[in-house]
Amino acid sequence: MPQNDTIQDLGLDEYQYHFITEDEPVFRSGRGLNEKVVREISAQKDEPEWMLEFRLKALEIYNAKPMPTWGGDLSNLENVLDEIYFYVRPQEKMERSWDDVPPNIKETFERLGIPEAEQKVLAGVGAQYESEMVYHSLKKEWDEKGVIFDSIEDGLKNHPELFREHFGTVIPSADNKFSAMNSAVWSGGSFVYIPKGVELDTPLQAYFRVNQEQMGQFERTLIIADEGSKAHYIEGCTAPVYSTESFHSGVIEIVVKPGAHFRYTTIQNWSNNMYNLVTQRALVHENATMEWLDGNLGSKLTMKYPSCYLMGEGAHGSILSIAYSGDGQHQDTGGKVIHAAPNTTSQIVSKSISKGTGRSTYRGLCQVHEGAINSKSNVECDALLINDTSRTDTYPYIEIEEKKSNIGHEATVSKVGDEQLFYLMSRGMDEAEAMALIVRGFIEPIAKLLPLEYAVELNRLIELEMEGSVG
Amino acid sequence: MSDTPILSIRDVHAKVADEDTEILHGVDLELGKGEIHAIMGPNGSGKSTLAKILAGHPGYEVTAGSITYKGEDILEAEPDERSKAGIFLAFQYPVEIPGVSIANFLRTALQSREEEGGELDLFDFQDELLARMELLGMDASFAERPVNDGFSGGEKKRNEILQMAMLRPELALMDETDSGLDIDALQVVADGVNKLHQENPDMTVLIITHYQRLLNYLKPHFVHVMVKGKLVRSGGPEVAEELEARGYEEFKTVEA
Ligand SMILES: Nc1ncnc2c1ncn2[C@@H]1O[C@H](COP(=O)(O)OP(=O)(O)OP(=O)(O)O)[C@@H](O)[C@H]1O
Ligand SMILES: [Mg+2]
Repeated sequence: MPQNDTIQDLGLDEYQYHFITEDEPVFRSGRGLNEKVVREISAQKDEPEWMLEFRLKALEIYNAKPMPTWGGDLSNLENVLDEIYFYVRPQEKMERSWDDVPPNIKETFERLGIPEAEQKVLAGVGAQYESEMVYHSLKKEWDEKGVIFDSIEDGLKNHPELFREHFGTVIPSADNKFSAMNSAVWSGGSFVYIPKGVELDTPLQAYFRVNQEQMGQFERTLIIADEGSKAHYIEGCTAPVYSTESFHSGVIEIVVKPGAHFRYTTIQNWSNNMYNLVTQRALVHENATMEWLDGNLGSKLTMKYPSCYLMGEGAHGSILSIAYSGDGQHQDTGGKVIHAAPNTTSQIVSKSISKGTGRSTYRGLCQVHEGAINSKSNVECDALLINDTSRTDTYPYIEIEEKKSNIGHEATVSKVGDEQLFYLMSRGMDEAEAMALIVRGFIEPIAKLLPLEYAVELNRLIELEMEGSVG
Repeated sequence: MSDTPILSIRDVHAKVADEDTEILHGVDLELGKGEIHAIMGPNGSGKSTLAKILAGHPGYEVTAGSITYKGEDILEAEPDERSKAGIFLAFQYPVEIPGVSIANFLRTALQSREEEGGELDLFDFQDELLARMELLGMDASFAERPVNDGFSGGEKKRNEILQMAMLRPELALMDETDSGLDIDALQVVADGVNKLHQENPDMTVLIITHYQRLLNYLKPHFVHVMVKGKLVRSGGPEVAEELEARGYEEFKTVEA
């Protein structure tokens, strides 16, 4: 039984991964964010000079920018930020023991049927095991095709020119306060390059890579899909990520070159104390397609608006998202599409579910620049409320400078109806099963695009969540 | 044991849960195992209310009287418990469940009937579903359509009977299944119900209808007339014919 596992049982070297209490500051940056911390991170990673400068400049920008006052409630964030460590060396993340993982998290793992070894990885107390084999055979295929799928650190080391050409070009440090913060202290994440004309059938899963470096609090991912290539990248998993950290701020930059087709799928389920503030953006060139498929569950507050900058004629962007807010949670999510060239098309479909005192906000921007003639955009946001105490709001911003364009927006709010529940219950389902079926039907248009194992996990997760909604 | 009724309704008074107005003013009815009964009556007389109360709709409250099913008081039972005990209601107005296919819906419903830890055999399920759809003249592709979402009136009604065929109730309540069906569809559905009744002669059926036509195919043993929340007349199949000829006029003067 997991409860009795010790570090030895996990096959880890006890000396190397010894326990460190809060008072032992070995390997850790000090609390809070300052120049010393930034220099230390850069030195630890043995980075080139330009990256150190990049980080320091970003720190200045971070300090100069005020906290955003829109979106979710960030009033307590300053206190949180004063307390956290901005850099923790990877091996230190193993310091927690299985006994420290809260029982409710363990129970969720059990009920999701996640194998024990994987449970430990998810709880941050073990290394990745089984996926090693799969990873190696795929890696061979990728190497043969010239595909680069590395940690962001290795990307910088091994492909310095390609890296420098694109890093920070999609999301400049100055974009917002949190992109500046991430630019100053980023650590962990992926570097991906798909060469011209290469098409990959198997998705690149960040999950295979996490043993190299545990997913960071300040992950940074840079993806370049070269001309005519086609690939799918998957980040995260539906099981709750248990972390004692209460802050996650990632930056994901994607360049989709002419004629390329790229899909980025994220499913994240953070623990309920987490502020999750992520900036993710793609530059989409001529006749290229970018698809964001985004599932946000858990966290205390998530602010995340995947965006597509449609830069070349005929570019297409699509942003499909599912957000689930349970008691005390706020998902402030949506998407941004910028039409900067003629004949560009985009689609945003956002589905949110709020339960208990949960709150879901759709916040979206659709911008059509002058000259982007014949651009078409369609936005659809649907909110489902489970209880009378649940809440949803919609903030669609539309800025159109080009008359010859076609923008559609549609929003619906529905509540799980008594008649629906009665209908399903009269067929033998109990209230929780009935509720889960309604929710699954609601997200079906998006969930069906997920790889099967993710869709299955998502369904089970919804069932678990709905059990708590009844009574 | 056909002498013990499967369902017995005694002096039931009922109202909408959060309102005071009474809808049923003392209904008495007994259904023997394997019998086919029909209730007819003008619009708004309380037929659907009675059916929904039997299925356990939380929007209504029984204020007096008793309902026993297989000898047990079921008034406190939840709709899902009643369903598992064998009661089925084919809705007058079936409800849309967007994004949930008929196959998925039925699989979930049947899975919930399994014992704790039991797994529904998906191959058997699939075979059975296809066979039932064929029986009811439905195209196999129909199974993938979201439940009642965008269905025509007739398709909705046929889908109710498909569910009935899959769930194999012991007490089937059919609330105006015939309205919305074209003449051919009515015959197919009635044949389907007759087939189910042959498969299980113990299945008891309560048909709510406005028209004699359905009763030509599904021959009731007893016909009851509901007016203003009360059953004002009960008899054999001839009652339906009289109504067809004379309407409800003579009953409207009856004291409510
Ligand atoms: N939830 C409700 N709230 C308010 N009034 C209701 C409700 N349900 C039923 N009623 C009223 O109770 C009466 C009986 O309704 P019911 O639906 O049972 O009639 P019915 O006999 O099935 O009619 P029809 O033949 O038109 O289907 C009607 O006057 C109806 O308006
Ligand atoms: Mg009715």
